[in-house]
Amino acid sequence: MVGVRKNRLRVVGIFIFVMAFILGQGVIFQGFAAKKPYKIGGIFAITGGASFLGEPEKNTARMIEEMVNARGGIYGHPLKLIIEDTAGDETKAVNAVKKLIYRDHVLAIIGPSRSGTTMAVIPIVEKKGVLLVSCAAAEAIVSPVKKWVFKTPQKDSDAVRRIYEYMNKKGISRIAIITGTTGFGDQGRKKLKELAPDYGITIVADETYSPKDTDMTAQLTRIKATDAQAVVNWSIVPAQSIVPKNMRQLKMNIPLFQSHGFGNIKYVELAGEAAEGIIFPAGRLLAVDTLPDTNPQKDVLSFYKEEYEKRFKESVSTFGGHAWDALWLVVNALEETGPRPEAMRENIEYTKEFVGTGGIFNFSPEDHSGLTKEAFEMLTVKGGKFVVLGED
Amino acid sequence: MSFFSQLLQYVFTGVAVGAIYGMVALGFNIIYNATGIINLAQGEFVMLGGMVMISLTTGLKVPMILGFFISVGIVTLIGAVIERGAIHPLKNPSVMTLIIITVAASILLKGGAMFIWGKQTYTLPAFSSSTKPISFGEASLNPQTIWILGIMAASMIVLAIFFNFTMTGKAMRACAANKLAASLVGVNVKLMVLLSFALSAAIGAVAGIIITPVALMDYDRGTMLAIKGFATAVLGGLGSNIGAVIAGFIIGLMESLGAGFISSSYKDAIALLVLLFVLFIRPGGIMGTTGEEKFKK
Repeated sequence: MVGVRKNRLRVVGIFIFVMAFILGQGVIFQGFAAKKPYKIGGIFAITGGASFLGEPEKNTARMIEEMVNARGGIYGHPLKLIIEDTAGDETKAVNAVKKLIYRDHVLAIIGPSRSGTTMAVIPIVEKKGVLLVSCAAAEAIVSPVKKWVFKTPQKDSDAVRRIYEYMNKKGISRIAIITGTTGFGDQGRKKLKELAPDYGITIVADETYSPKDTDMTAQLTRIKATDAQAVVNWSIVPAQSIVPKNMRQLKMNIPLFQSHGFGNIKYVELAGEAAEGIIFPAGRLLAVDTLPDTNPQKDVLSFYKEEYEKRFKESVSTFGGHAWDALWLVVNALEETGPRPEAMRENIEYTKEFVGTGGIFNFSPEDHSGLTKEAFEMLTVKGGKFVVLGED
Repeated sequence: MSFFSQLLQYVFTGVAVGAIYGMVALGFNIIYNATGIINLAQGEFVMLGGMVMISLTTGLKVPMILGFFISVGIVTLIGAVIERGAIHPLKNPSVMTLIIITVAASILLKGGAMFIWGKQTYTLPAFSSSTKPISFGEASLNPQTIWILGIMAASMIVLAIFFNFTMTGKAMRACAANKLAASLVGVNVKLMVLLSFALSAAIGAVAGIIITPVALMDYDRGTMLAIKGFATAVLGGLGSNIGAVIAGFIIGLMESLGAGFISSSYKDAIALLVLLFVLFIRPGGIMGTTGEEKFKK
């Protein structure tokens, strides 16, 4: 009796197993019946010191994925983003790119967030022929031009040019620079020194601070002892907010210019009152409310800002905007050419008048960055907000 | 700016920065004295002090003074929990094991802080209502620096009274001098270890709260503070509180004078060179134990 019951149980078990197997197959077959998703990789510094870049980039990319799929994907093919975290680390970035290429077989990759990680992954994508649209700023990424590599942020040197042009207009010719000792700060320092002679500007003091410094009065005291007419603070880390505070403490009344790395409203909050009147070049996203309606970027910018802030309950930053531009470039290319990497690459290379958050992109085989210095607008801080400085 | 007022400004900066290093070093010393280990989570106590205070005052609108004591209380509790949870259960741990445990605690606290407060940087309003810098000729001093120095001095006095005039404090010092002898005369060594963790967490929290208005605070800030604080503690002589304060000022002044008169790029290097140089001459640190005391053990 017991044996029979056991046997019957076993039969039931096998029956359930077989049914589950068949049903499961059905589900899988159904999956095949729908169109295959288009896979795009995203590698961002979501954790670690550069997370203020990676976090909004990841959020933005996920938002676009949702938007594309909500409208029915790309000719019925859902967009599938595979996002990897580099933690801002070169080794991890390289591993992530290898995984995306060899295991996930992605059609294109957007990111990485940092210039250093981008430079680290370039050899791999170039060798394998995988489209990479970077969200990092350094000019070395696209100069010299690399066949498969594009980038969406504005160029450091253009930010410097905008600052110097403004200084020329205001009759400022002797300046002090204070830069962070990160890759971003160091690149800025080089460009500031390199371009100064072209604009007839003399750098009378050249100071640096490390990203974890808590006090910059020593450096600023040195600057105060010179005859500098303005200070340029070039950095991307929160420590840059200490500079305006310390300047106020030292009663330095000369104007303070910052880089586009100041383009995060949180940095204004950290500096408090001392942030008032800081002048800096940035993409127009930050001051979209004060942008005239005639500006061609106005629509894209307001749309992005509204959607992002609605979804993530935090202020937009220009960094997320770089991912917006990068992913839409790839999605548009996919739509126009289908999933053929070489054709997608060419499509982006010949993209003209693409209105993004960073500016109006005009790519060419000689220019994989697509932006000019007009992509920057001079902004200032007024009443704790970013506003367009205006040409007065 | 005249040379003199420049010099004065560098001294102000150095003192302000040095006081912070000194406070962190004090925390290292307390645990080192009671247990002989270096608590590598000390920087995290500082970070937690600042972060909890930020949440209380800007988030929950708790008044500054009340918030100060609650924050210190919470961090003290965290310090005690770490000791009870991770250090206490071990039967006969080696110093190395304990240090590695503190590394784990540091990673855990940092991760937890990132989870709770995110990766943003926060600040606190200054303690005095007037944020106007105080002028000395052309040099100027941030009022918060006076708060930092004052609170540090107060902490030092409280610690000195505790260690020299209370039974518990004396018992802790007895542990530091000789654990076996202390337990033979009836001192509860394990309780003293718990107390030392709580106390150093409290000191760390105080440091974190008072520096946040000038130095900003984020989840990742602890590590750098711990490194500088450790260097300070070593320079001052591990275990010596007076040494920690003096060494803090020395390192702070070296940094600011180095940045001022040589180059800001070599600021950290200059401070470390001074550290190496001093240790070369006096391996025990400025006020540190020499061979004699080690022999006693």
